[in-house]
Amino acid sequence: MEIAIFATDLVKTFRTRKGPLNAVDGLSLEVGRGETYGLLGPDGAGKTTTTRVILGLLTRTAGKSSILGFDSMHDTYAIRERVGYIAQQFVLPADLTVIENMRFFASVQGMSPEMQEKRIPELLSFAGLSDFTRRLAGQLSGGMKKKLALACSLIHEPQVVMLDEPTLGVDPVSRREFWNLLGNLRAEKGVTIFVCTPYMDEAERCNRVGLIYSGRLIASDSPAAIKRQVKGHLLELRPGRFVPAQAAVTGLPGVLEVQTYGDKLHLFVDNVAQRRPQIAAALAAQDISHDEIREVEVRMEEAYISLVHRREQAGPEERKAA
Amino acid sequence: MKAPIQVASAAPAPEAPIVVNGLTKRFGHFTAVDNISFSVSSGEVFGWLGPNGAGKTTTIRMLLGLMRPTSGSARVLGFNPATQTKAMQAKVGYMSQIFTLYNDLTARENIRFYGRVYGLSQEEVKQRQAEIIHMAGLEGRENTLTRDLSGGWKQRLALGCAIVHRPQVVFLDEPTAGVDPNSRREFWGLIYAMSKKGVTVLVTTHYMDEAELCQRVGFISQGKLVAIDSPAKLKQTQMRGQVLEIHSPTPDLVMRALQNARQAKAIPLDEVALYGAQIHAVVPDARQYIKSIQRLFESENIQATSIEWIAPTLEDVFISSVTRPADPAQNNGVLRETVTGVSK
Amino acid sequence: MPMRIQRLTALIRKETTQLLRDRRTLMFIIALPLIELFLFAYAVSLTVYHLPTAIVDQSHDSQSRAFIQALVSSTYFDETMVAGSEAEAQQAIDAGQVKAGVVIPPDFAADIERGDANVLILLDGSDSFSVQSGYSAASSIAQSFSLSLTAEKVERMGTALGNISGTPPIVTSTRVLYNPDMKDLWFILPAIVGMIIQTLAVAQAALIVVKDREIGTMEQILVTPVRPIELILGKMIPLLGIILVITAIILGLGVFWFGVAFQGSLWLYFWLSLLFIGSSLGLGLLVSTVAKTQRQAQQISMVIMLFSMLLSGIVYPRNAMPLIPQAIGDLLPLTYFIRLSRGIMTKGVGLTFLWQDALVLVGYAVVVLLVAAASFKKRLD
Repeated sequence: MEIAIFATDLVKTFRTRKGPLNAVDGLSLEVGRGETYGLLGPDGAGKTTTTRVILGLLTRTAGKSSILGFDSMHDTYAIRERVGYIAQQFVLPADLTVIENMRFFASVQGMSPEMQEKRIPELLSFAGLSDFTRRLAGQLSGGMKKKLALACSLIHEPQVVMLDEPTLGVDPVSRREFWNLLGNLRAEKGVTIFVCTPYMDEAERCNRVGLIYSGRLIASDSPAAIKRQVKGHLLELRPGRFVPAQAAVTGLPGVLEVQTYGDKLHLFVDNVAQRRPQIAAALAAQDISHDEIREVEVRMEEAYISLVHRREQAGPEERKAA
Repeated sequence: MKAPIQVASAAPAPEAPIVVNGLTKRFGHFTAVDNISFSVSSGEVFGWLGPNGAGKTTTIRMLLGLMRPTSGSARVLGFNPATQTKAMQAKVGYMSQIFTLYNDLTARENIRFYGRVYGLSQEEVKQRQAEIIHMAGLEGRENTLTRDLSGGWKQRLALGCAIVHRPQVVFLDEPTAGVDPNSRREFWGLIYAMSKKGVTVLVTTHYMDEAELCQRVGFISQGKLVAIDSPAKLKQTQMRGQVLEIHSPTPDLVMRALQNARQAKAIPLDEVALYGAQIHAVVPDARQYIKSIQRLFESENIQATSIEWIAPTLEDVFISSVTRPADPAQNNGVLRETVTGVSK
Repeated sequence: MPMRIQRLTALIRKETTQLLRDRRTLMFIIALPLIELFLFAYAVSLTVYHLPTAIVDQSHDSQSRAFIQALVSSTYFDETMVAGSEAEAQQAIDAGQVKAGVVIPPDFAADIERGDANVLILLDGSDSFSVQSGYSAASSIAQSFSLSLTAEKVERMGTALGNISGTPPIVTSTRVLYNPDMKDLWFILPAIVGMIIQTLAVAQAALIVVKDREIGTMEQILVTPVRPIELILGKMIPLLGIILVITAIILGLGVFWFGVAFQGSLWLYFWLSLLFIGSSLGLGLLVSTVAKTQRQAQQISMVIMLFSMLLSGIVYPRNAMPLIPQAIGDLLPLTYFIRLSRGIMTKGVGLTFLWQDALVLVGYAVVVLLVAAASFKKRLD
């Protein structure tokens, strides 16, 4: 499989008042052509910085990174001609109309007026904006602004599109439509898509996902494979007394991990049939009431938490003793 | 066992802490909040779910007394927020991730400021400082400037400042946006601890994921209350159709075949979408149409490793309740009201 | 609801803490007034001393030398150069080498004996201060010189004062060049034009760049094949055009409505204005590399405006300033433009005399634009 986006031991150091900070700390990933890759993680984990370094918008401190074989630092303009990008605070000029925005970005990409006449209507129809050509960009709804940004970033028929939190705060219908557009883009044109998102559920939309934490990837694989990395089956229950229940079940044989979930407990067990009655017994012994102990599906969020825990436990010896 | 004795209640049943009746807010011709009615019981964790611009924030502002309703009424802890604003605000807590904390003050200074502003004495402030710093896990960091704290701590500190005066009702505005999942879980643990003590919590969020953690959820879209129930019941009753997940080595062919079938109205598909390497298809009845789809694949020689009926997510449910059935000629369902495409 | 002291104190305490932690604003509030105070006290003065003067001594006798000595020792006039004739002196004023000329006709001593001596004072009418200072200084020096001469005569001749004729032996006649009616507006307008242009150009150039950076639209454009130089030019050229139009309007109004003279070449003025606007825009770009927010950009622009107003020579004379304020003034493109503007509009001279200031502006524009271009990288950091 041909590699579209590539990073090895990527490091980006910022100088802050408290000294140097590694926002990206030895990150390696590979995205194949035509894949949809999601970089998942909370704010501050390093998603935006990683994207910017790979695009050549920030200076790389160490490591290698390239897009379509072009190095981020040395072939920056070659990258910019072939890649579409929507920044996190993507703001397009609000005082230009939809059509003016598209013409501007087309001209800046060096597209001739004849090409523009052909391409722009195509893109507008693709994004569902054909009826809004004369609307000022600043007056579009949140969802439509994002679609306009997508259309502008696709004008030069890039082979790779990088999106930084494109669906932040957007209404669910528009979010769904946006992802469907991305899906169509991939299906029809084989475009490689790289998305940063804090929304764990968007992982399901990707072929492969990288979970990023403190500037490093703690997992990089298909969503299903990552979930399989979490050991055990997931049981959920709502206890009458929360803190005692948590104490009672932690450390029981076969209970590999305990996570809290609002007023519920999530227990990872090695064998459902065997452990379920044991857990019920342990709770009954402490006179703790609870509702039905159900098996539930492991979602990306549980996987993320579990993998972060595992990494932290694999840390210095002192932590193990704690 | 004796039968319980019926006693005629001497006093009327206590009013729910939050009661909203026909609440409406218009800005000129634009109706931001459209005739909303609901109530939240004591100690309940209630989710107010909807995208940005749907009217969530406007509703909360009216409940907080920051805006007057155009019509309808609201009562919070028995007070009318519009006319008894200050009295009500003294008993209510509000936390917003962006607005609550002062970045250039330390954690202690933030707590002290809010404590004093809410009328606590110096001793009470000291006590709350200790309690909140412990709750937020900020020991050792209480004299750090807030801007130097990471997301999870800021979040818990903001919550602490919002409840410094031990209010019975707390409004949380997008409290966990962007925060790492672990901190989010801890935060929700705190919310439920409060709820166990009888505090009523109303959380606004656009994060479908987060809504799953609430006891009851109200969907708001374009100013209207579209559905209100527990997450589990919403998934049972509000979902139009059932979701099938199709695994195939050639997802593109599957997509094309299903989209054509949809266009030709051969199979009633509400939605066909690519999810990574899988396809999700929404049909009225799973059992019935799995067979139709299998037949379709056989006739077109498309390989499918599995077709499963999966549970809908809250997002599926939300979209289902706010859109009308898809027009096969277009790609997706359309919002019930005309999309004006105008931002507020 | 009534105000409560406790809440008020809590608010005061919070705001004070925040204010004290905001170093930039503190600097602004504390440092700036102090700078203003010192500037006003030291740099600013209305009286001009040490006026550079061209002396034309056509008598070369003891009286003429004594008179010149009196002028120089008063510290109002500096004997900057010696000229051979009135025409030469005038040319020196045209060139800006001197601000005043003193012409003593031949046979000065003899004229004094007769009681009928005349000294011609030429003053640079494009410079209001020099005119005022020079005018009053010259007449009072001449008068006291006359008095001392008369007293001497009385001593020598032993005549009673009553016998001396009433008129002083030395009379000064003054000719104000370029602006004979000494209209203030003729002096102020050429400078105001420059002030308006510089303030506008610096502030707008800085804001236009910082705003993009603040909102985030900068990032989206950087990711296209756009080169930094294209980005800068794309922003500056429209500004240049608009400011040029405004300049034309102000000049038009000044000349046709307010009646200010325009003696020199309009074409030359046009090109020099273009140059000046370019330099000012460049200065604004420099500001944008330092300012992180629009508010900061505005604050810095305001400081530049303050310095310009006090130190560029619009309102207060530069030759009266001590070293440091003069040096600061030398850093502003406005200082040079004012000389060019007054030179062309009021004096009516051309590039032959103005080429030095014009060259400085060229150099300024080039340096500033290069520095700004270097700091506009194709990356965000």
